Amino acid sequence: MQTPAPFEYERATSLAGAIAALKAAGAEARVIAGGHSLLPMMKLRLASPERLIDINDLESDLAYIREQQGEIRIGALTRHAELLDSELLAEHFPVFRDAEEVIADPVVRNRGTIGGSLCQADPGEDLSAVCAALKAHVVLQGPSGERIVAMREFQLGPYVTVVAPDEILTEVRIRTSPGAGSAYEKVERRAGDFAIGAAAAALEIEGGTIAAAGVALSALAPTTIEITRAEELLRGARPSEELFEQAGGIASEDCAPMADGRGPVDYKRHLAGVLTKRALRRAAARALQTEA
Amino acid sequence: MSVQITVNINGEDVTREEEPRKLLVHFIRETPGLTGTHWGCDTSNCGACVVLMDGKPVKSCTVLAAMAQGHQIRTVESLERDGRLDPVQQGFHELHALQCGFCTPGMMMTARALLDANPDPSEAEIRTAISGGICRCTGYKNIVAAIRWAAEHPATVEQEA
Ligand SMILES: Cc1cc2nc3c(=O)[nH]c(=O)nc-3n(C[C@H](O)[C@H](O)[C@H](O)COP(=O)(O)OP(=O)(O)OC[C@H]3O[C@@H](n4cnc5c(N)ncnc54)[C@H](O)[C@@H]3O)c2cc1C
Ligand code: FES
Ligand code: FES
Repeated sequence: MQTPAPFEYERATSLAGAIAALKAAGAEARVIAGGHSLLPMMKLRLASPERLIDINDLESDLAYIREQQGEIRIGALTRHAELLDSELLAEHFPVFRDAEEVIADPVVRNRGTIGGSLCQADPGEDLSAVCAALKAHVVLQGPSGERIVAMREFQLGPYVTVVAPDEILTEVRIRTSPGAGSAYEKVERRAGDFAIGAAAAALEIEGGTIAAAGVALSALAPTTIEITRAEELLRGARPSEELFEQAGGIASEDCAPMADGRGPVDYKRHLAGVLTKRALRRAAARALQTEA
Repeated sequence: MSVQITVNINGEDVTREEEPRKLLVHFIRETPGLTGTHWGCDTSNCGACVVLMDGKPVKSCTVLAAMAQGHQIRTVESLERDGRLDPVQQGFHELHALQCGFCTPGMMMTARALLDANPDPSEAEIRTAISGGICRCTGYKNIVAAIRWAAEHPATVEQEA
């Protein structure tokens, strides 16, 4: 039987209360959201927090997907199932639905949250790549107020983020724009598994030219990785098969996969290229549709 | 280190002194008469431990009992009412949807939640819904057929929402 090490448990009844509880408990306390990354780690004793602050009762404050001030804003406690079902999200950023259809299984998706996914910062985690490609920002609330951090600066390393021990991620923000298209491509060993490799692409096309581009990979480096050289290549260019082929080539070169049970390095590099190309192709097709 | 935990299981409050690290699957199974919920992989992969939490299927090996306090938990024991089987149970019976029966409680609870939300699911929707469960015996075909059977015979038992 897998049993976590002993800990104390408390339920937060307000965001301010949760932050105060984290501050009082110090570095040995952890927030628990869906618990579908944290509890498995605790059962394996890879994590042994002394105190858990359960934020699930804050759903009325932290679970939402809404459009506000030219952005889509997603509360941290929004579950995978809600991200999958959201028409608002699918309309603006179909990359979310692409990814959610292949994240775990429907039962796990009833629990896991976007905040937990990003804060877990597992290199094989899907939503980090999605949010990186979309150039999302996250809102962190702590004892001295809030700060807004770009996804690009969010991960410090595998499983490590800029979130301080007494901070809570409350919201993900993504700027909307006309002519935007996005897509996710993932290859897995079996349905519901973490990726062997995956690519997220987001494009904004204006007058037939790519005005903004985001490309990020999951499971193909020690952290979520943005392929900035491909983004630079894409920006200002006209979408074409050759362009996407070239961008895929860059992704193959710039990723940094490790050999493991999911495959050897050369295979994963190949995958990075193919998936990047496919994601860009679909993102462009969607962008051209919304542009019209 | 024990605390008092109350979980509402099948409409009744169950209160015990437990450590906060007690997982919901064990809290349920250590309650007399409630060993129907199975405990398999312990890694949220097999679905044998699926119960409904506020009507939605969850893997109870990956939920703390303390986190279930204040929520409605439904286990496989709640399917039969007054000696009458739930259509899902009847469907599993009619179409031989189990062999060893290990995956069955999780499969049936997942099916119940699916039918509550979508009374007329397609085969593809059924397969997606049960994709978080592993069955080593049946090859899934009869499970899918049994859930369809239940969809087609909804009136066997009146279900609560
Ligand atoms: C069987 C299985 C298959 C899976 N397959 C996939 C997959 O294919 N792809 C994929 O991407 N993921 C997969 N996952 C992971 C799943 O998406 C998790 O639910 C998710 O990664 C974590 O979300 P959570 O809400 O459960 O986080 P938790 O487990 O509650 O927390 C994770 C970490 O984040 C911290 N945290 C949580 N919320 C906050 C917050 N608001 N502010 C600050 N810190 C916070 C916690 O302290 C903890 O350190 C799988 C999980 C399982 C069990
Ligand atoms: S025992 Fe919970 S999913 Fe296998
Ligand atoms: S009936 Fe044996 S595992 Fe499904």
